[in-house]
Amino acid sequence: MFDFLEGYDVLGAFWMTVKLTALSAVGSLIWGTLLAGMRVSPVPLMRGFATVYVNIVRNIPLTVIILFSSLGLADVFGMTLGAEDFAVQGFRLAVLGLVAYTAAFVCEAIRSGINTVPMGQAEAARAIGLSFSQTLTLIVLPQAFRSVIGPLANVLIALTKNTTVAAAIGVAEAAYLMKTMIENEAQTLLIGAVFAFGFVVLTLPTGLILGWLSKRLAVKR
Amino acid sequence: MSSVLYDTPGPRAKRRNVIFSVIFFALLALFAWWVWQTMDEKDQLTSALWKPFIEAEAWTTYLLPGLANTLKAAALAMVIALPLGAVFGIARLSDHRWVRGVAGTVVEFFRSIPVLLLMLFANELYANSTGVSSEDRPLYAVVTGLVLYNASVLAEVVRAGILSLPRGQTEAAYAIGLRKSQTMSSILLPQAVTAMLPAIVSQLVVIVKDTALGGVMIGFTELLNSRGTLAANYANVIPSFIVVAAMFILLNFILTSFASWLERYLRRSKRSTGAVLGVHDVDDLNAAEVGGGFGSGASA
Repeated sequence: MFDFLEGYDVLGAFWMTVKLTALSAVGSLIWGTLLAGMRVSPVPLMRGFATVYVNIVRNIPLTVIILFSSLGLADVFGMTLGAEDFAVQGFRLAVLGLVAYTAAFVCEAIRSGINTVPMGQAEAARAIGLSFSQTLTLIVLPQAFRSVIGPLANVLIALTKNTTVAAAIGVAEAAYLMKTMIENEAQTLLIGAVFAFGFVVLTLPTGLILGWLSKRLAVKR
Repeated sequence: MSSVLYDTPGPRAKRRNVIFSVIFFALLALFAWWVWQTMDEKDQLTSALWKPFIEAEAWTTYLLPGLANTLKAAALAMVIALPLGAVFGIARLSDHRWVRGVAGTVVEFFRSIPVLLLMLFANELYANSTGVSSEDRPLYAVVTGLVLYNASVLAEVVRAGILSLPRGQTEAAYAIGLRKSQTMSSILLPQAVTAMLPAIVSQLVVIVKDTALGGVMIGFTELLNSRGTLAANYANVIPSFIVVAAMFILLNFILTSFASWLERYLRRSKRSTGAVLGVHDVDDLNAAEVGGGFGSGASA
């Protein structure tokens, strides 16, 4: 029944999806946290920059960003990101695009987390003489991070699904292989089922584990 | 100007902020200069590449038809997905366990699959087993993919909209002798629709963005796809990307602003029950429970 799977590296394609997801997740967490830091900073220029970045990037389709990284950055400007061959270059460009896009959503999630910390907490911290950095690291961020695990899990799941867009620039991940397979094989339904199952397997545990964790760690108010 | 993180700045903090501003501005300026320089180096600033955009031809031949297709697909997907989502949202609140179970499974399944996969699958299915002409097929496939995904997201919105209504609404309806279906159709649903309007409008942004997938992967001639034809004609890759991105940003910005305005308006208006599902509530909803942890506004 599953003969059509022979000759195709389905696991390899999903491994590529996992690699894209993991690298982009780490990258967008770092860049997103920096952006969130700017968005809540007392310096108006930084706040303005982060606000503009988030609002612009969120409103551009990811497909446009990824395609631009390939046709614009690589082809026109010659940015190879230190890659020797085409496949590696496509992978790195896709990660770059995914990070740029996902960071905007990470930023919003973290910022909403900072907003959940009641004003009184910070006032109390200042009242007992804690400095800005102490207030941030001892009082606000620990509570903020615990309350954003849920939203961040959603961003991670969306990111996992969004890695399929990398197929648009020829990265050999799951959606790319699925396109090739349904064009060459007659088993459209079965192939669709296999790939759908693959994504359910990738996203279901993420949702369950992080959902459980966010409930456990949430600060009860 | 005080927030959780910092107090209203005193003289020392003000000085420090100025220093940070200057450093940050210098960094931004450096980056902008580098971008400008690189573009200049690759001859992307020559007026010939930008000229098509101030003439009518580029717009009437490529960009506007592309935009029209994008809007058409988004509107169709919304119009079909909304009633479908309402049905599944209500089904998830059913008193019968099997109805709840089936609806829940369907909704969670389609939310955990990338839209692109759904589009590719629909495209192939239409090609193999239906008489849809190859001209219309990309539109059909894009709309199918968008409907399946967004109907399941909207189902959650509808469910949350109904749950956000005060319990007294249902109790009063039962008290005056309405049946379950009557309560739902004439009391709960009309109010829920009003309450979730902002969330629905903001979901439109996700749909508009997702149409671009069809342009690249299955040859649907929407805005991004038209950009390719345009760039092939005028050899202006970078300017065409900038213009198309600006069009998407503008369109989605209008939708986002409208949704926020709607949310504020509904919160103010006296006739509602006060239950309003905000622009960002769709994401929060998904975070609300373990089983519902899929999908968010972050979709492509």
